[in-house]
Amino acid sequence: MFTEPLLSGITLGGIYALIAMGLTLQYGVARIMNLSYGESLVAAAFAALWLFTSVSVNPLIGLFVIVPAAGLTNWLIYRILLVPLVKRAPSRDALEVDSILATFGLLFIAQGVMLAIFGGNYFSYDFLSIPVKILGATISASRLLALGFAVVIGLALYLGLTRTRAGTAIRAVAVDPVSAQLVAIDVRATAAFAYALGGALVAAGGVLVSMFLTFNANLGVVFTMKALIVVIMGGVGNLLGCLVAGLILGLTETFVATYVDPGLTLAATYIIFILVLLLRPQGLFGTRRS
Amino acid sequence: MSARNVSIAVALAALVVALAFVPSVANGYQLSLAINIMNYTVLATAWTLFSGPTRYVSLATVAFFGIGAYTVAVLGEVLAWPLVLLVAFAIGFVLSLFVGLATLRLSGVYFVIFTFGLAELVRQLVTWYEVNVTRTLGRYVFVDITTEQIYWQLLALAVVVFLSGWLIQRSKLGLALRVIGDDEAVARHVGINTTLAKVVLFAFSASFMTLAGAVMAPRWTYIDPAIAFNPVVSFQVLIMALLGGVQRLYGPVFGVIPLVMLFEVLLAKFPNHFSIMVGIAFLLIVYAIPRGIVGLIEGAQLSLFRMKGAKA
Repeated sequence: MFTEPLLSGITLGGIYALIAMGLTLQYGVARIMNLSYGESLVAAAFAALWLFTSVSVNPLIGLFVIVPAAGLTNWLIYRILLVPLVKRAPSRDALEVDSILATFGLLFIAQGVMLAIFGGNYFSYDFLSIPVKILGATISASRLLALGFAVVIGLALYLGLTRTRAGTAIRAVAVDPVSAQLVAIDVRATAAFAYALGGALVAAGGVLVSMFLTFNANLGVVFTMKALIVVIMGGVGNLLGCLVAGLILGLTETFVATYVDPGLTLAATYIIFILVLLLRPQGLFGTRRS
Repeated sequence: MSARNVSIAVALAALVVALAFVPSVANGYQLSLAINIMNYTVLATAWTLFSGPTRYVSLATVAFFGIGAYTVAVLGEVLAWPLVLLVAFAIGFVLSLFVGLATLRLSGVYFVIFTFGLAELVRQLVTWYEVNVTRTLGRYVFVDITTEQIYWQLLALAVVVFLSGWLIQRSKLGLALRVIGDDEAVARHVGINTTLAKVVLFAFSASFMTLAGAVMAPRWTYIDPAIAFNPVVSFQVLIMALLGGVQRLYGPVFGVIPLVMLFEVLLAKFPNHFSIMVGIAFLLIVYAIPRGIVGLIEGAQLSLFRMKGAKA
């Protein structure tokens, strides 16, 4: 009985970690606090659903269409909607307030569009829901596959950021956007790229989530909230922190849903959030922002 | 008090008296419009009370508003009306103190994130409680309150909100908040207990929102968590405050009146695309008039003043 929630908790946590990595790129590098982040996830889930049910395209193949499309969309959003805010903001705090407001507006537009197309009902589709036995526990194959893909994507991101030139530039902008210019890094282009990459990651998360969870057009806020909490718990800009915090959140939620009540998962999320705020606001692996 | 201040006070008092007579001249539709305007005036002004000077964006308006409405749905038939309002105020005050103490010690972004999910959290908790404990999702509001009485209560609440805002601005607390809004580090260096100032003000702002929810509850005969905690309300309050301008306490009124009318039309014409329309209106405001209508007017006054100065 115990290994079953443990396994589902790890799969869920792995996906949360992946989603939070995208958010930490958008917030840590592009300095945009994106409140419409979860809407990208839900939109990708709907795209996967549509591809699977009407054109019968396997969601894993769908990933190769949806993820680049999401990256491009987010790049355009940054270039068209957010760059004017970056230009007019006198300070980082001012940009934070402006980006919160702008993305809050985007949230309602994106949610409204999805509600108009799909309505408020819950959706899911049947993809590889074959039971697999591991360590005496049963888990659906789609969950395992989703976890596998999340691990591969997360690992690729980690290697990309630490081992390549572009990745190093992204990390440099995250640490200090002003000094980064001194070593000939185009900060605005890098920020736009990081924002697009974050959007691509959350879309990947959305496709993977759609394979094993039911979802509806209103679910974006909850996912944004979870991603934000994971990012804060792990420490802003810290990928390893995302992984650990994502797993903590996924496991907590699954155990609360299994042993306490499925209706209280968001409450459990908030309790974790409050504990982090009270005990370690800079995050598990973060350093205090001076 | 100078002669100018006295005349402003007299004019405002006359305005309140005139507004109190609206129910006797308005028809049913106009009265419901007036109630909407009054409700959003209270909410947007209460929002500005805290978020204006501190620049901490609160996204939890509907969490408190909904709690007020639910308090009435639960206690409306049990307690006398003034007691119900008092309980609603107390619940709002305690919850906001808790939220404030958890988040306002830290930088603003934690507060924003916390308030962002708060309405959804409260909605899920209320749903969970109703399903598991009372086993009924949704309640009927049976309270003996007429539409006119709702309007008068909202008017009285608006007066209280404006008066407390005015008193706070003149107090040491108001000065402290303006310093915090300009530079929080400086505020701490000159010996201001920034956390205490922010928490106290947030608690008052949120309790006023809770009261507004309680007063508005009899407008619905039936409420469930999805109605009471509708996130679009938080969004509308934010838009109205920003359109009016948050630098002045009276600013939001300039946003409330046109937008209540606009939303009324949008809701009638595009019931299924309402949140898209509101979202677009909001983005236009954020990009085109970031300082609100009051900011525009004051900017125009300032340039007029400079032109006169240049001529002299």
